[in-house]
Amino acid sequence: MNVTVASAGFLTSVQDLGRTGFRQSGVSSGGALDAHAMRVANALVGNDDNAAGLEATLGRLRLRFEDECIVAWCGGAFTVRIGDEDLPPGHAGLVRAGDELVVAAPNEGSRAWLAISGGVEVPLVLGSRATDLRGNFGGYEGRTLRDGDMLPLFKERRFPSRRGKDGDLEIAAPWVSEWSAPTPWAATAHRDRFLRIVRGASWDRFTPDAQTSLVTASFTVTPDSDRMGARLDGPNLDRIDSGDLLSEAVAPGTLQVPPSGQPILLLGDCQTIGGYPKIAHVITVDLPIAAQLWPGDRIRFREVALAEAQQLLLEREDDFARFRIGLDLHRSS
Amino acid sequence: MEIEPLGDSALIVRVVDEFETDPEASLNTVLRVFRCLEAAAIPGVIELAPAYRTVAVFYDPARIARTELTPSPFESLTAEIESALQNQSAGRGEGAPPRTVEIPVCYDLEFALDLAQVAAYAGMSELEVVRRHSSARYRVNCVGFTPGFPYLTGLPAELATPRRATPRTEIPAGSVAIGGAQTGIYPTKSPGGWNVIGRTPLRLFDHQREPPAILRAGDRITLRQISREEFDSLRQ
Repeated sequence: MNVTVASAGFLTSVQDLGRTGFRQSGVSSGGALDAHAMRVANALVGNDDNAAGLEATLGRLRLRFEDECIVAWCGGAFTVRIGDEDLPPGHAGLVRAGDELVVAAPNEGSRAWLAISGGVEVPLVLGSRATDLRGNFGGYEGRTLRDGDMLPLFKERRFPSRRGKDGDLEIAAPWVSEWSAPTPWAATAHRDRFLRIVRGASWDRFTPDAQTSLVTASFTVTPDSDRMGARLDGPNLDRIDSGDLLSEAVAPGTLQVPPSGQPILLLGDCQTIGGYPKIAHVITVDLPIAAQLWPGDRIRFREVALAEAQQLLLEREDDFARFRIGLDLHRSS
Repeated sequence: MEIEPLGDSALIVRVVDEFETDPEASLNTVLRVFRCLEAAAIPGVIELAPAYRTVAVFYDPARIARTELTPSPFESLTAEIESALQNQSAGRGEGAPPRTVEIPVCYDLEFALDLAQVAAYAGMSELEVVRRHSSARYRVNCVGFTPGFPYLTGLPAELATPRRATPRTEIPAGSVAIGGAQTGIYPTKSPGGWNVIGRTPLRLFDHQREPPAILRAGDRITLRQISREEFDSLRQ
């Protein structure tokens, strides 16, 4: 059970929902930058939420399958094909032995998460299969994929139901599911990038002008951005005081402001602690939009109350639980 | 003590207002809160991370039990944390005394890339810098930034040296360095702006080990000066 990486593309890595429990040793959570997209793709192919899949940055990825698999993906505006067949985001598709799956360069957005039935079989390192690209451990040999790599897959499968009358799989025709995940979960690149934020602990350390600028001005993502964070270029966010802060925890979504006044939006691979003031935090349900940002993209921020941010997250979790139940019913029917 | 949100899925317990006045007592108080919250094992809490005067609590809002009085996950968890800490202050407080860990350090010139600059800034000989640095007693305030990186307090004030104007693109793993009033050890090869004055043969972080980091917040640290020969024999 292998998938051959015919072309590894720009930057592709094995990721799951991330690593927890080692933050006190300085290990960041990492994992799929859009954990929700990875989870939805996994649900579509019958995997557990936390199965390891692939995070493809800017596409140009080609995979060759030795065996029949179900695949699904979520993320930016990519064109994904199984042979000649289009596989739209949020749909499940059948890949037959010998088929090639191609993720082309995106029209919009930057990353896609691909789930393969069974999940990628790499060893658990500190409780996770995610690649820690800063620490060079986990995932596939602790690194990004290269042309020619062979990815082993777990054998255990829970295929969506598509058996014929005699119980055999109908593998004659290419198959892409008619049903799909909700579009906002599956296709996360947006032209209007409004990220909702809640105030950070250091909000009051900033001038009224800075506070206003943050929610009225637009910010441009700069080239020195990566999985650790998106550096932003916009009006200077000036502080009232200039005193040093003692280092304390930061989290994915934290908007920290170094002395330059230009904020950095921290993403999944961010360091565990930092000493820069935290003006705000992007709310969890909007991190999928943040995970699509690429240099040159422009974003704006809008403030919401913490209670609203958490309510939105609880609603999404309820919706996801219902989605999973719906998929299970569909498969058993 | 204050509890404030760190976004919608984490919060920060600000345990002490002032750290510098009495770092030793501050750290002990923070570690007491950390251990208490660890023992409380509140459902929905994913992990904890102490740092200087705070303990961060990462949680899954969907798994935090809510009540009519505390309709939001943040409010519910805040109430649970406050009650856990109140129970603790009523009961026993101390917990295990901190461990002492000895770190062998070789200060040979081959490893001490910035020893001359540190000595010049302190206005003393290189030997004197090494003597003072290796005989001081340190404590781990927190582990973080990169995997296994210990932030140590206890650097003799006269050895404080500003960070390099231009950070090095690559500092070798094990490098012992001074950055301002702090000293630290780079567990893995990484860029950095601190002044390197020695190197330990120990691997402070190894993802194949459980736990992966040798040091944890609260540990007392002594440094033992070793020769180049001993460095080679201890090398991991």
